[in-house]
Amino acid sequence: MARVVLPQVLAERAGGATEHEVPGRSVRALLAALDERFPGLAEALSGKVAVAIDGEIHSDPLLEPVEEDSEVYFIPRVGGG
Amino acid sequence: MSEEKKFRWVGTRPIRPDGIDKVTGRANYGADFALPGMLWGKVLRSPHAHARIVSIDTEKARTLEGVRAVITAQDLPDLFSEKARAQGGHHDMNDLAQNVMARGRVLYHGHALAAVAAVSSEIADRALGLIEVEYEPLPHVLDIEAATAEGGPLIHEDRVTQGVEASGPSNIAKRVEMGHGDTEEGFAEADIVIEREFTTSPVHQGYIEPHACLAQSASDGRTTLWCSSQGHFAMRDYTARLLGMDLSLLQVIPAEIGGGFGGKTTIYLEPLAVLLSRKAGRPVKMVMSREEVFRASGPVLGTRIKLKLGVRSDGVFTAGEATLHYEGGAFGGSSVMAGCMTVFAPYAFPHVRSIGYDVMVNKPKGAAYRAPGAPMAAFALETVVDEVAARLEVDPVDLRLRNAVKEGTLASFGPRYKRIGCVETLEALRDHPHYSAPLAANQGRGVALGFWFNAGLQSSAGVNLNPDGTVTVLSGNPDIGGSRASLAMMAAEEFGIHYDRVEVVVADTHSIGYTDVTGGSRVTFATGMAVIDAAAEVMRQLRERAAAVWEVDAEKVLWVDGEARLEGDDEREPLSLEKLARDAGRTGGPISGRAALTARGVGMGFGAHICDVEVDKETGRVEVVRYTAVQDAGRAIHPSYVEGQMQGGAVQGIGWALNEEYVFDADGKLENPGFLDYRIPVASDVPMIDTVIVEVPNPNHPYGVRGVGEVPIVPPIPAVVNAVHAATGVRYRDLPLSPPRVLKGMATPDAA
Repeated sequence: MARVVLPQVLAERAGGATEHEVPGRSVRALLAALDERFPGLAEALSGKVAVAIDGEIHSDPLLEPVEEDSEVYFIPRVGGG
Repeated sequence: MSEEKKFRWVGTRPIRPDGIDKVTGRANYGADFALPGMLWGKVLRSPHAHARIVSIDTEKARTLEGVRAVITAQDLPDLFSEKARAQGGHHDMNDLAQNVMARGRVLYHGHALAAVAAVSSEIADRALGLIEVEYEPLPHVLDIEAATAEGGPLIHEDRVTQGVEASGPSNIAKRVEMGHGDTEEGFAEADIVIEREFTTSPVHQGYIEPHACLAQSASDGRTTLWCSSQGHFAMRDYTARLLGMDLSLLQVIPAEIGGGFGGKTTIYLEPLAVLLSRKAGRPVKMVMSREEVFRASGPVLGTRIKLKLGVRSDGVFTAGEATLHYEGGAFGGSSVMAGCMTVFAPYAFPHVRSIGYDVMVNKPKGAAYRAPGAPMAAFALETVVDEVAARLEVDPVDLRLRNAVKEGTLASFGPRYKRIGCVETLEALRDHPHYSAPLAANQGRGVALGFWFNAGLQSSAGVNLNPDGTVTVLSGNPDIGGSRASLAMMAAEEFGIHYDRVEVVVADTHSIGYTDVTGGSRVTFATGMAVIDAAAEVMRQLRERAAAVWEVDAEKVLWVDGEARLEGDDEREPLSLEKLARDAGRTGGPISGRAALTARGVGMGFGAHICDVEVDKETGRVEVVRYTAVQDAGRAIHPSYVEGQMQGGAVQGIGWALNEEYVFDADGKLENPGFLDYRIPVASDVPMIDTVIVEVPNPNHPYGVRGVGEVPIVPPIPAVVNAVHAATGVRYRDLPLSPPRVLKGMATPDAA
């Protein structure tokens, strides 16, 4: 299971915790699993945050693969100049 | 990527392909385009910082001879709630729509509320004077303190604070928080805890070319827009969505761009020009005056940052905590999130937390500026780090090296770092002769470290093989930092041909696939990968053609140094690119390749700067006498352009530190909307900026490229401020360090 870390601001919507063990081999699968556990969470995350999978930041991911032991951080999206 | 790979073009310094056009005046910028029958468009702007628009009467303007169209917000389609996606949802279309044309209320001095198109610029100006507007002035808020005061005026009475449960109406658009560990525990472990507060003033990106565009709308709705921007696809998408058009009906043709630095990633004039053209049935050209540029475009606004750092006596950082307030202008949308993410990013912290507030004020809507949000945050952190080094009596670079992030370190913004060059950059700075050079009287030296993410995003590229064997590369990115050169060099490297045989064209929105803006330091990295992929597709076709000619299996054909060779057959005469190109029509048709991708594997960037200043203790004037910028570029494709980015970023940061600030009067009117009173550094103000390119290749890019354009504006502010401290003994915490402020600080050091 991937270790998923949510933004602090969403902790209350995820049982009060930012860290979760989540099954799934893609960002989409993780979102689906999170949403099943915490209804509405996928909507709060989808298309609005970047995702760092094992240290690599993806700004608008959906199908990006996730390994069994990946660390996945949902982080704010940052623009550039 | 092989470390041993020998390059023919990558890392060399060929002549820049846009240079002659730019120095001879042949390059066409936004204001250089004209069409027969063209009208001139002008914008009426608010004289109030905040007011209700009771009525707008355009009758007299419309009936003035020579006026062909007048528009107000009533001519724009109704607002909708869809977020613009062209930049990953950074812009809210509702806010963008209200910013390009005020609805019901004007929210800052300079806010657009009507526009006219006339047969001459002079008649358009006269028509603006004939538009009768009745305002009901409303109370305004101009800074963070006023905006967040209990019971103060609200800019938007219906807006609550995102990120706060059960927030009532507020001028705080958003609250964000991030970090890890337990900072209380971290500070308890510290031997030294320093807490300081910092402020920065609003500054403008200071691009030399004003916003300009030319729109031609046909009666069937098809529209062409020529404009100068950092991304013509973003201009197309924002303009079309705001006007309710199909994207396919709006062709945006990119002009050359005279500087953007983040400020030309959004729209101001474009939808107005299209509407005016549609209404008048004629082409309409609009060009902002310098005053309009200052009043209504760009700026990055003021900030207030409180930062606390805990350090053990051996120099190890135990905890960091920061509260950041960033002004976002009349709609919010500041870069405070990036400030929170970058403020502690260069160092390893077991316990770290940052809390950010995006604050609405009656000032122009803020725009991105080179590493948006990071320079102000670095100012706070890096001056406190300097203070810690002095308190511990350790070398400031050694202190930074002791805490510097490396591969595997948990970043303050979340994930673990991949391969980065933070340590290598600091070591190169420490080993540079500048760092140990003697200083003269009244001089001081400061150093600072900076971080930026860099971006990947979406890019398309095309590669066309011409019948004479030359190669045309199509890019969807305006060339701002030298991408024509870097893309040509990468294509030449792939094909194994001379750089002069490759021409790069910035293609319009009808001619190349969707491409995100030239921003986020992404083009050489991301669009470069698209070019490499498109070139690979062309070489695949070339090998197939050679195989067909030789009647062998294509897998037997190798592409080496610009020609097809048959594997294991040294006797066979190779087929050159020129010959294959010439014969393409007889062997299967024209040869071209396309590639489109969302670039993955961004390489994050670090820069470290050394600044020497000399302070005139009678006048308070600070002169930068020597400056060295060190940066990890991953791999410098064209080192001169990389150095140019480093020098340009350093100079902009020096201006931010020493000179630049918006000055508003009590009514919220900008008092210095021009380059005479808003002074950016010019060549005679700064020494030659020395540069050192560090190369810790990004393992995810075929050549190891990291972005380079934004990092260099992050360290300069604290490098300058630390140098001024070294020269004067005063810790300055409010920008800019103008002569009066420097003098005041020296007279009352505790109050600085």
